[in-house]
Amino acid sequence: MTAYLIRRALQIIPTVFFALSFLFFLFFALPGDPATLIAGGANRVPDPIQIEQINERYGFDDPLLVQFKDYWGRTIRWDLGESFQTGRSVNDILGEKAIASLRLSIWAIIIEVMVGISVGLLSAIRRYSWSDQATTIVTAGLSAVPVFVLGYFLQYGFAVVPEKQGWPDWMHLRTSQLGPDTWALFFIPTGEQWRYLILPAITLACVSTALAARMTRGSMLEVLRADYMRTARAKGLRERSVVTRHGLRNAMLPVITLIGIDFGTVIGAAVLTETVFSWPGLGSAISNSVLDRDLPITLGLTLAVVVAYSVINLAVDLSYAWFDPRIRLGQEGNA
Amino acid sequence: MTTLDDPLGPSSGLQATESVADVADLGAARPLRKDVWRRFKRNRLAMVGLGLIILLVLTAVFAPLIAPYSITDRAIGHYREGVSSDHWFGTDTIGRDMFSRVVFGARVSLKIGITASVIALVIGLLLGAIAGFFTGVTDTIIMRITDIFLAIPYIVLAVAIASMLGHSENTVILVLGLTGWLGIARIVRSSFLSLKQLEYVEAATALGYSRRRIMFRHILPNALQPIIVYGTIGVGSVILAEAALSFLGVGPTDPTPAWGLMVSQSKGLMSTSPHLLFFPGMAIFLTVLAFVFVGDGLRDALDPKLK
Repeated sequence: MTAYLIRRALQIIPTVFFALSFLFFLFFALPGDPATLIAGGANRVPDPIQIEQINERYGFDDPLLVQFKDYWGRTIRWDLGESFQTGRSVNDILGEKAIASLRLSIWAIIIEVMVGISVGLLSAIRRYSWSDQATTIVTAGLSAVPVFVLGYFLQYGFAVVPEKQGWPDWMHLRTSQLGPDTWALFFIPTGEQWRYLILPAITLACVSTALAARMTRGSMLEVLRADYMRTARAKGLRERSVVTRHGLRNAMLPVITLIGIDFGTVIGAAVLTETVFSWPGLGSAISNSVLDRDLPITLGLTLAVVVAYSVINLAVDLSYAWFDPRIRLGQEGNA
Repeated sequence: MTTLDDPLGPSSGLQATESVADVADLGAARPLRKDVWRRFKRNRLAMVGLGLIILLVLTAVFAPLIAPYSITDRAIGHYREGVSSDHWFGTDTIGRDMFSRVVFGARVSLKIGITASVIALVIGLLLGAIAGFFTGVTDTIIMRITDIFLAIPYIVLAVAIASMLGHSENTVILVLGLTGWLGIARIVRSSFLSLKQLEYVEAATALGYSRRRIMFRHILPNALQPIIVYGTIGVGSVILAEAALSFLGVGPTDPTPAWGLMVSQSKGLMSTSPHLLFFPGMAIFLTVLAFVFVGDGLRDALDPKLK
């Protein structure tokens, strides 16, 4: 088990290395000279002396491979460099943005797990019922709404309409920015904060919740037919315990695999959600930095995302053994 | 019929078309297809989806006949007007008719959705088939590459490549095609891994068929079901991704009536003119939904065990 854990953790290193190196070289293939951009953007004719200073400072004149080596030399020492545009330390930016994103995603995950899995479970148990059919339609619908359209619709319904119609103040939700930024226990919003959190959290959760519900339903339908379910019932276990302890636990394997693999979609959804709600998180910061050609920010923040992706997928693999004790990690066939 | 010492020879593919065995295969497949259609027809949601797709295709084909105005015509003085009998979906910020733009948007979405999906499907199919069939080092390399690209957030990659190649419909097609093959490659690989263990592959190998022929004429047809389902839903996801790219400002640029772009142009105007958001938003939603319904219906129809 320990050996397996170490081997899997080591596999993360090449993934991170190649992913970031690819982005590094992609950046240099982009048109436009980075020094010119730093000196004042594409619309102005910059001062040649200034450009020279910038080239000197960031080492843009060095051969690409030297710059590449320097980049990794710094990154290994956890120095992510500084923003081309504002000169702020990327380590600081990362710390700040990651916390905002983490708070948002914790709530999105809570919604996804609680709503998605229970809806899928109920839908599978009451198959072909009215509520099952409604679930099928609603989940298909949610997976078809573009995240940003959903975000805007929610803003319209819960912030614009209450404002226009003069609804009582407690019904107003806020649609943009982080809000007062007051939290208890890291992630529990206090004071007015929940008004700012609730719409982006729902928006971010929607797509993956729908996916989790669909997956749970399908997986559960398959499990419900299994022999061990009949055995469990024959033993005289209560239906509730049969469904949750024998059924759901077995049905969870494909669902959590999907949640792990689907992380990329969640990041995409986060980019859009954070852009729509002006939530100052990683997603919007990454996409803005790519558009601004601010390479240190792009690479630094993507590093965090790629590591998170790898760790989540490792955790998913490890959780297999918990959900299904027959799976022994690290033995032949599983590694 | 096929030469023994011709593992990947170009001639083997040609000869295969005339082979008796393959003709028999096609014959056997026909009743199955009828079954699939019968089961598909029973699924109401899938039929609704199919209806929507047909409607969408007709709209795209006959857009110039349906749209009352051109996509660039400006009604001077009629800016951001709501729904009226002159302008069914209202007008946008510079007085263009929203209905005409949404109608022509069907062309943009369908063109991007289908072409990009085909590119992704071809790349994913080839790489997945090679990885699953040859295993060993080839497999490891291909799957590692897939893992690396899966680890890079899709949207970062798409935005980066799109800003590198410039903003146009063709760029978006290329970006989405080049980044969309990962899932398909994985699915095809796992099908190939299990299928190549089966006796008929052994039989084909014993008959001395080329590896290419075994891969694409013997294994592939049996691995098609998940690919068809994934591909159908994939068209929907590509249209969603295109909308997201347009929204972030790296998709087609202004005169192009891309739905995602139209939604992003409604930014900040929601309280005064919600129609700018509603109509293009609904168009994306219904289109993607149609592909999801049809994909689901196909899956259920192709795999009767699930129902």
